[in-house]
Amino acid sequence: MSFQLDIEDLIDLARGAALLGTGGGGDPYIGRLLVESAIERHGPITVLTVDELADDAIIIPTAMMGAPTVMLEKIPRGTAALEALRGLEKHLGVTAQATMPIECGGINSMIPLTVAAMAGLPVVDADGMGRAFPELQMETFSVYGVKASPVAVAGDGDELAIVDTGEDNRQAEWLARGLTIRLGGASCTALYTMTGAEVKRTAIPGTLSLCLELGRSLRVARESHSPILEALSATLAQSEYRHLRKLCEGKVVDVERRTERGFTIGRASVTPFDGSEDIELTFQNEHLVARRGSQVLCIVPDLICVLDVETGEPITTETMRFGQRVTVIGISTPDIMRTPEALKVFGPSCFGLDDPFVPVEELRAVLTGV
Amino acid sequence: MRIGIDVGGTNTDAALVNGETVVKSTKCTTTADITHGIEESLTTLGGGFDPTQLEGVMIGTTHFVNALIQGRGLNPTAAVRLGLPSTAALPPMVAWPPRLVDAISGRGYLCHGGHEFDGRPISSLDHAELVQVAEDIGERGIKSVAITSVFSPANAEFEVEAASIIQSVLPEASISLSHEIGRMGLLERENATIINAALRDLADNIMSGLIACLGRHGITAPLYVSQNDGTLMDVEYARKYPVATFASGPTNSMRGAAFLSGKDTCIVIDIGGTSTDVGVLHNGFPREATAEVQVAGIRTNFRMPDVLSIGLGGGSVVHGQYDDLSVGPDSVGYEVAKLALVFGGDTITATDIAVACGRADIGDKSLVAHLSDQFIDRAMRAIDESVRATVDRVRTSSEPLPVVSVGGGAILMSDQIPGCGPVLKPNNYAVANAVGAAIAQVSGDVDRLFAIEPGARERILDEAKQEAVDRAIAAGAEPGSVQIVDVEEVPISYLPGNASRIRIKAVGDIMSVRERSANSGVGVRA
Repeated sequence: MSFQLDIEDLIDLARGAALLGTGGGGDPYIGRLLVESAIERHGPITVLTVDELADDAIIIPTAMMGAPTVMLEKIPRGTAALEALRGLEKHLGVTAQATMPIECGGINSMIPLTVAAMAGLPVVDADGMGRAFPELQMETFSVYGVKASPVAVAGDGDELAIVDTGEDNRQAEWLARGLTIRLGGASCTALYTMTGAEVKRTAIPGTLSLCLELGRSLRVARESHSPILEALSATLAQSEYRHLRKLCEGKVVDVERRTERGFTIGRASVTPFDGSEDIELTFQNEHLVARRGSQVLCIVPDLICVLDVETGEPITTETMRFGQRVTVIGISTPDIMRTPEALKVFGPSCFGLDDPFVPVEELRAVLTGV
Repeated sequence: MRIGIDVGGTNTDAALVNGETVVKSTKCTTTADITHGIEESLTTLGGGFDPTQLEGVMIGTTHFVNALIQGRGLNPTAAVRLGLPSTAALPPMVAWPPRLVDAISGRGYLCHGGHEFDGRPISSLDHAELVQVAEDIGERGIKSVAITSVFSPANAEFEVEAASIIQSVLPEASISLSHEIGRMGLLERENATIINAALRDLADNIMSGLIACLGRHGITAPLYVSQNDGTLMDVEYARKYPVATFASGPTNSMRGAAFLSGKDTCIVIDIGGTSTDVGVLHNGFPREATAEVQVAGIRTNFRMPDVLSIGLGGGSVVHGQYDDLSVGPDSVGYEVAKLALVFGGDTITATDIAVACGRADIGDKSLVAHLSDQFIDRAMRAIDESVRATVDRVRTSSEPLPVVSVGGGAILMSDQIPGCGPVLKPNNYAVANAVGAAIAQVSGDVDRLFAIEPGARERILDEAKQEAVDRAIAAGAEPGSVQIVDVEEVPISYLPGNASRIRIKAVGDIMSVRERSANSGVGVRA
């Protein structure tokens, strides 16, 4: 059933999106403020479930692209995502009947909502990652045969480029990334134009509502002083994500982070409170792998999330800093993202990691000897 | 000898400290013009010291943060942001409580400028635009300006240039620049800069008042102000950066509690007249809040101690009788000395409960003799339970930590908290925050560009940390006590050689007087 998204929902939604953003996806606070101001000016947003889409409806997803470290400083002008959508409509000679997130995480759960509010379009409760990934070919849309091209890339200075690489989604990422770097490391895109039937076949449904539910259960647990991880675990257990594992609790003792190749790239070390060996996190916008020494604790496409130890508030890779006290958790990704075809698009080897993918629920069992 | 003074919202406390000894202390009511309370404290302490022989007077105050919370005494402020065409979606003061925007007659100006992450300008600075903005600011009678440019922690040139343009039109204006105040994160840094700008006149008046006040007492020793992290800044710095004092209150009371109790890892419960702050001290350092900290409803990214506050204090009003009984959060505040039963008033306060159950012996005990044992017991349990629950929330492990109770309201505390063990109430507990100000720490800072060759990062960071530690020691810190409290690395992508701006802060306890050579002064942030 479709539902209306109001300003009151946004805090929960942004928090849940920050969690599934697995460290990336861009600052959820800025994302939330962007939607708040769009709703204030244009009214509430209609969210459609996947099964409400007509098979021949045209859906054009929208997103921001680039390095979260940039978005934290160079806040968007706010108009570029709609310009990308309009540019792509004009190029294709079509009119979008809805927009949709390509990833669920941080700012990119929010950008389509700003477009929806400004254009008076509904937004689809689904996405193509079920989390956040750094590159635009890392989509279930890609895995199951939808073209990213043509991709519209828009900048804050009224720039607009159309990138068409045919079937090659990896090449589309490469060229659009180049444009994004020229635009200062952040841009807005419209891409993966598809029909309602294609959305039903390739998208991960219900992820906007899941973000809302996760954010809500986190808030309720905090307000009632009940254990936050238990609350999140219970919500996830009802979803495709099923497992949550605590990897460690400790203090951030080192963060090495650069804006490079259009991404936020780096690593962080966490010294556990129990005095055990440091945990090292490696990230490219999103967390890719958590290791203790040579032992892998959780690896992409499973989700690694860093939370404030007291409040459970998700901490993004661009705001991690020395001295923060954090809980690091692993969350199992939905089965649709663990198939051999899916791992070819966003498994460990796609990020230059030599370690094989092993589900977090199995890795953690080895670690604790359970 | 040093004098520590804590100017709280209710009380002004002062302590004369000689090395490790608290020689004399005093507590009086904070006045609207805070210098009167300080004047009174110095008069009370007078005779205990030779004013020409003091090493320093250290003032910790919540006055500036209270001014913000209450929205009083603030400058009309203009916020100039350099970043167009970007950033327009979220203008300055977005998401501020409207009441505070009004309180500073806040005006936001979006202008061209700002840098990309790689050092290119987003757009060049528009001289004419800034002159026009400055003229508009002038016409509105605004005299305090906050300037924030995109990526200024990596490249401050536009902020500096814009300041000189605005200053040339408005020679009287005081200008706060964001790169001197905050870290990466445009909105949070801009917020801190605007708050700072709004406090400039107040800071100026108070600093001038304080200097005059010391002069009247013949004190020639330098005056210092406590910063958020427990270190000191001198008066000129405090005039320019009042926002750096915001969290000094809880920091001072925690450090004072550690000093008085001899426990450097403990939970500190600071009970005042109206509220109770609970925080954790680890190896002498307050545990920091991790997430962004809201101050008066405004988001900032300062390093702040992680403190939980509840509405319980000596003046808290006891409501109800039976199952409906509650204590606070309303309080009679400093009027407890007039309104509480034990002082002949007619309001049942937490202090009356403490006297009735024998925890405290102040006022006239016979005036609470009529309270039933059941009522007293219920109220006592309500007080203990809210403290226990708060202590429980600040603990991160089940490991038992010593609990130290300080502040004028510490008389409310029992000797035991279930599950937490005994509660220590050290000598001079009532003025722990003034003692904390007096024993302020010294810091060593490193903030400059480093070229980081491949594989050399760890070595360079270690060397920079060592340099910060050495500077802290050179400034008077006891070598064994120095810790690194902050490390920030900002890659400067537009410079060759993998350059990074590295900022490190090391902080340590001031070496006690007898360990130091006679001629060294108090170290302070330059």
